[in-house]
Amino acid sequence: MKHKVATTVNGQHREHEVEPRLLLVHYLRDVVGLTGTHIGCDTSQCGACTVTVDGKAVKSCTMFAIQAEGKTITTIEGMAAKDGTLHPLQQAFWDEHGLQCGFCTPGFIMAADYLLSQNPNPTEDEIRRGLEGNLCRCTGYVNIVKSVQSAAKAMNGKAKHATTAAATAGGE
Amino acid sequence: MAVSQMVGAKIHRREDPRLITGHGRYTDDLTRPGLVHMAVVRSPHAHAQIRSLGVEAAKKAPGVLAVYTAADFKDVIGGPATFPVAPVFAPIKLANPPRYPIAKEEVCYQGEPVAVVIAESRAQAADGADLVDVDYETLPAVMEIEAALKAGSPKAHLDQKDNIAWDVTYVPWEATDEAFKGADVVVKERILQQRLSPNPMESRVVMAEFDAYDKRMTMWLSTQNPHWIRLFVAGALGMGEHSLRVISHDVGGGFGSKISPYPEDYLVPASAKLLGRAVKYTETRTEAMQNAYAGRGQIFDVEVAAKKDGTLLGMRCTQMLDAGAYIGTFGAFQTCACLMAGGAYHWQAISSRSVAVLTNKITTDPYRGAGRPEATHVAERMMDLLAVELDMDPVELRRKNFIKKEEFPFTQNFGLTIDSGDYEKAMDKALKIVGYDDLRRKQAEGRKHGKLLGIGLSTWIELCGLGPGAATGPATGGVVLSESAQVKIHPAGGVSIYVGTHNHGQGNDTTHAQIAADALGLPMEQIDIRHGDTNEGPGFGYGTYGSRSLAVGGIAILRSCNKVIDKGKKIAAHLLEAAEEDVVFDQGKFHVKGAPEKSKALGEIAFAAYGQLPEGMEQGLEAVAYFEPPNFVWPFGTHICVVEVDSETGAVDIQKYVAVDDCGNVINPMIVAGQLHGGIAQGIAQALFEEMVYDDETGRLRSATFLEYAMLTANEMPAIQLDSTVTPSPTNDLGVKGIGEAGTIASTAAVINAICDALSPLGIKHVDMPATADRLWKQIQNARPASSNGKEARK
Repeated sequence: MKHKVATTVNGQHREHEVEPRLLLVHYLRDVVGLTGTHIGCDTSQCGACTVTVDGKAVKSCTMFAIQAEGKTITTIEGMAAKDGTLHPLQQAFWDEHGLQCGFCTPGFIMAADYLLSQNPNPTEDEIRRGLEGNLCRCTGYVNIVKSVQSAAKAMNGKAKHATTAAATAGGE
Repeated sequence: MAVSQMVGAKIHRREDPRLITGHGRYTDDLTRPGLVHMAVVRSPHAHAQIRSLGVEAAKKAPGVLAVYTAADFKDVIGGPATFPVAPVFAPIKLANPPRYPIAKEEVCYQGEPVAVVIAESRAQAADGADLVDVDYETLPAVMEIEAALKAGSPKAHLDQKDNIAWDVTYVPWEATDEAFKGADVVVKERILQQRLSPNPMESRVVMAEFDAYDKRMTMWLSTQNPHWIRLFVAGALGMGEHSLRVISHDVGGGFGSKISPYPEDYLVPASAKLLGRAVKYTETRTEAMQNAYAGRGQIFDVEVAAKKDGTLLGMRCTQMLDAGAYIGTFGAFQTCACLMAGGAYHWQAISSRSVAVLTNKITTDPYRGAGRPEATHVAERMMDLLAVELDMDPVELRRKNFIKKEEFPFTQNFGLTIDSGDYEKAMDKALKIVGYDDLRRKQAEGRKHGKLLGIGLSTWIELCGLGPGAATGPATGGVVLSESAQVKIHPAGGVSIYVGTHNHGQGNDTTHAQIAADALGLPMEQIDIRHGDTNEGPGFGYGTYGSRSLAVGGIAILRSCNKVIDKGKKIAAHLLEAAEEDVVFDQGKFHVKGAPEKSKALGEIAFAAYGQLPEGMEQGLEAVAYFEPPNFVWPFGTHICVVEVDSETGAVDIQKYVAVDDCGNVINPMIVAGQLHGGIAQGIAQALFEEMVYDDETGRLRSATFLEYAMLTANEMPAIQLDSTVTPSPTNDLGVKGIGEAGTIASTAAVINAICDALSPLGIKHVDMPATADRLWKQIQNARPASSNGKEARK
């Protein structure tokens, strides 16, 4: 039997009928059609599917789509501004060579976004601990850590944090 | 080539904007009209016979469209085929059972496919797969190398007489008799290389669609080499290569595990043909860990002979390799460990032999470094063991035996010619950065207080840029690893370059464009680099592995660019009314020698090339080049790791990691550093954490998720300090060497040597990988006399 689920994804209202067993990550990828959120494991270790739900980083394989009822979700596709200006984290990952194959990258950017929303000036250790739930096989994390440091610097000039702002406003 | 503007510069990657915004095109992101999904029913046993296969319940399950077994695929796979089974490139094949994509009567590893279920949704396919009823009679399994070598052991396949897949002696033992007779010291060790899961973050995905009217098949899949897959699959399906298009857009990492063909590469297109629908298979992580071709899985028995003063004399090295249930398509490449075991040093003589056995585990195949990390680990561990035996500083032992910079090109003991090097320079630079002498003083001081501080060196070398046919041909039974590129300059001056290599994180789209921009004297923005579609570009591409995309693929690009410039000169001569030999090409413009003020830009020449030309001149401005390298390229360097081992817990803390590497001329330093970071991380992870663990009783993989298989996280990764020296390769036009695997090749030895150095006051000489806290704690406990247990730390 299908259930109705209504969410706000990247500022857009969405309503679908889904199977209760459908995971949020499959909902985002297969139903909403946003394939930037990736799946790297079956056991919630890799963090490739990280999105923010009401401003908090969530591994979207750990939630059913129906649990997202009424919630505001931001995925990697919702990070850049409408005019295409990259989010400071995206820009920093590009500048600092924070990605190689790019498969884990959306999850890292979303996890880092939440980390910086909670701690705008993290130390290197805090970044490393904060990203412990995400796995990367290409970079040895060296440039990922640098990217987050560089983004933190860039974002500290700005008054409000993108997804936190989106979450509190209940939309974009 | 024009004056270099792009080569050597830190250029940001052009492939990144789509990847950082969620617009990559990984295979699982793609769909087709009417797409259906495949789930694979796999053997839960390491070794069993299939008594019966019940598919009726699955066929009736909601959404299920078809259930296929070996019998159903009979007419689709292996018709009048060149390659009815996965091919095996090995010099000698003894026990070499044919590998069909789907088992008929016997399953020989956990995960071997026995049936596929195709349904409207992925979940329905998985549900259906659960309903397939397979009755197995389990058979004795052989899981370990040494067991497999024993005459009376179970056989990995019922119809084999033994488990020996190959047994190759490169240089017989008699050849080192003299060296060992003259020795003052002989050091022996058994060195293990545990099995590893390659674990690219994207597991494998295969999608296929068959056009029954035009009889064309299109496959999308996550692979490092689309053309090889086209060759194998077209052959197996009895199709011409012209009828099969293989597309591989973005790929989420490979590390060697996406080179050889997999069963699903055949089963998905065959199912698409049988069913008349587009079919997709998405591997789960557990499936990937059970079925992705594993790395390493080897035992080395090594002995070295030396004089009292540290002069190396002889080495004897036996590689025993766990090939898995079937020989890997490129599995034999790992034997290069035997040819590289002498490392960066002079030896009077080296004997070596490789023996591979079949076991009831997934096949092993090249994994980042393939054979060269093993060789480095052998050479560098033996150097340290010898240094301990001789009571000599490991730095001085290395310095004494290094091949010297004036000796290059140097032909080593196995007849391989090392192109260029300056090993001492890299080592000295690393020693300086790490502060070696200070560290030794600090270590001596710490030891007085029971502090277990260790310093480990790895003065690594490697062979890469696969590879010259003269070497790869005999080693593989005839495979040549050339590379191709095609450049097309369109009438309005835009440039499309098609390459046979594949970019799955290496940054080739950027570095290749840098090379072409300099060669053609054009801005990078005017040049598109395309790869990953067999319907585009040259007839064959050889793919990306073995650190070859630059040293082989990059040269093919340069040469194809030079071909169009040569043609451009003819057209320019006509337009400038000069003799062709008087036309010069410089910074994107053609001019007559001595008269640069009157020139024609490449774009103008391109426009003219498609118009009216003098009689006898053919229209168009495009060229294809294939480059077969005359030799491998040989990067090298020195990695130094500093660790402290906690004597109470066995935990290892990496305090410093310095790497000075030399890959010849550098195209993009940012990308080189990135490759090293990742490679070093993979080596550190092998040294300390990773291991595939199978259950002895059942033969099932126990480390089948990321929960049990310890991947390195940001929290465990130490700081790395990189530096470099530059010794160009004389064997290619750019003077470049490969760097994709170097970090992994170098790092395990540096870490383990540091740990062994730390534990040496306890009399511990050797530690195997992974050096987990548990393993070290046990070794520390065993090393201490019972009465002094724990005394060290309480001092």
